[in-house]
Amino acid sequence: MADIFEITAAQARAGVAPNDLGDPVVITRDLRKAYPGGAQILDGVSLTIREGERVALIGHNGSGKSTLLKCLIGLHLISGGEVEVMGNTFTNRPHARVLRRLRLKTGFVFQNHCLVRRRSVLSNVVHGMLGQSGSWRGFSQTLAPQAWREAAMQALADVNLAAFADARADALSGGQQQRVAIARALVCGPQILIADEPAASLDPVSGRDVMDLFARLCRDRGITLLYTTHDMDHARDFSDRTLALRRGRIFIDRPSADITKRDLQETFDG
Amino acid sequence: MAEARLHAAPERWSGLSPIKFVLLVAVLALIVASMTQVAPTPKQLADGVPGMIRLTNRMMPPNLDPAFLTRIFWRMVETFQIALVGAAIGILLSLPIGWLAARGVTPLGRGGYLVKAFVSLLRTIPDLVWALLFVATVGLGAVAGTMTIVVDTIGFCGRFFAEAIEDAEKEPQEALSVIGAGKVSIFFGAILPDTAPSMINTSLFALEKAVRSSVVLGLVGAGGIGQELKVAFDLFQYQNASTIILAIFVVVLLMEWATDRLRASLQ
Repeated sequence: MADIFEITAAQARAGVAPNDLGDPVVITRDLRKAYPGGAQILDGVSLTIREGERVALIGHNGSGKSTLLKCLIGLHLISGGEVEVMGNTFTNRPHARVLRRLRLKTGFVFQNHCLVRRRSVLSNVVHGMLGQSGSWRGFSQTLAPQAWREAAMQALADVNLAAFADARADALSGGQQQRVAIARALVCGPQILIADEPAASLDPVSGRDVMDLFARLCRDRGITLLYTTHDMDHARDFSDRTLALRRGRIFIDRPSADITKRDLQETFDG
Repeated sequence: MAEARLHAAPERWSGLSPIKFVLLVAVLALIVASMTQVAPTPKQLADGVPGMIRLTNRMMPPNLDPAFLTRIFWRMVETFQIALVGAAIGILLSLPIGWLAARGVTPLGRGGYLVKAFVSLLRTIPDLVWALLFVATVGLGAVAGTMTIVVDTIGFCGRFFAEAIEDAEKEPQEALSVIGAGKVSIFFGAILPDTAPSMINTSLFALEKAVRSSVVLGLVGAGGIGQELKVAFDLFQYQNASTIILAIFVVVLLMEWATDRLRASLQ
């Protein structure tokens, strides 16, 4: 609880008025994660992210950024503490129903897009509906209900890839594949979008395009965005707030515009 | 060069420990001892040559009587039907069985080992033994043959499908899991597209295997051309037998050619 107050105080110092923000959509309380026989990756992370915020998470390799994101959606089981996403609370043994509920409201984009290579672009986007009820028809665009196909085509149009709907996923460039992954994450209308270094495997121009797309789509639709990055320009330009992880703890939490060179040195040298 | 001289070359037989050496000698001794008991001696081979020549002479020329050829043709069609239907049902059943047996994917948890053991049981019992069992239970004829091929195909495909599923790319599965997809949706959405080439390849081998198996199943009364072959040998109709053997050769050759072409087109 102490960390929550500290963060609130930090926000106050940084000039972020709590009234300007929406309701909390992601809360972690004393979140801990240790791998069996390994080091403590997350060591008491407490944070609150509010509706509509765009938050960048930075830290050096192994600081626990990806682990934190995967803990939020139950892809990694947590060792201690509590996670609350969109009102769905879980501890170290999340119920499948709770995970399913929160995943329906959350889009996740992986660093290397994780598309099904042999399927068409449209089928990959239709996969985004697999969590919906009656989802068995979503494993291929051929069998998907017409409404799902139309939603997927709209999502592809949003990322400027509608013309590639029929192409095989692995025939696209890395940047295009990442945009397909974004369309897949957005097709079911998530309220939170979580992205694990979405631009890391792309060249600088494609990476910036992808980040720009992320920020624009989230802003236009009021989606809360949480992403990890190693690129400080991406953190500063596309987020309102930056969190820095060091030794498994939140080390910095302030508006992205206020992040200084010294903050970065302390984050990455620490 | 000077630096290279500092390092001695590894020993020639560094991978062969004393225990491995003893095991190797024991296996070689077992093979030699078994050869003295069951392998043909040069004398036995020499004595058999005249008998082989006599039999070949009695098989020539093959019986090309149109009525006989028509009967053989329809028997070959039945053989092919047994192989095709048996393999098709076996391949279809192998899909869920392979999924249930695949380590790390099966929804049964440790129960997956039981499914794997069941598939091993189907595979380790030879097809002729299965045919005898089915002839005893459903009677003589093609149905027993088809059931034998089904079981044999599950034993073969179930194992390879399970291995392909275990080796499927994990990342797309993780991506669908994060979306909230269930295990069945992940199987059809991510696992099946990734493993399809390997599964089709395995299925084509299973079909080839089924054609070869269905030819001999008739020897124990499970339908197909094997039944005609048995009758021909039992009644010393060697010219009929040679026609049947040639027909089997042509069908198996055609089947292998067709599956090779299909495999090549999938590359």
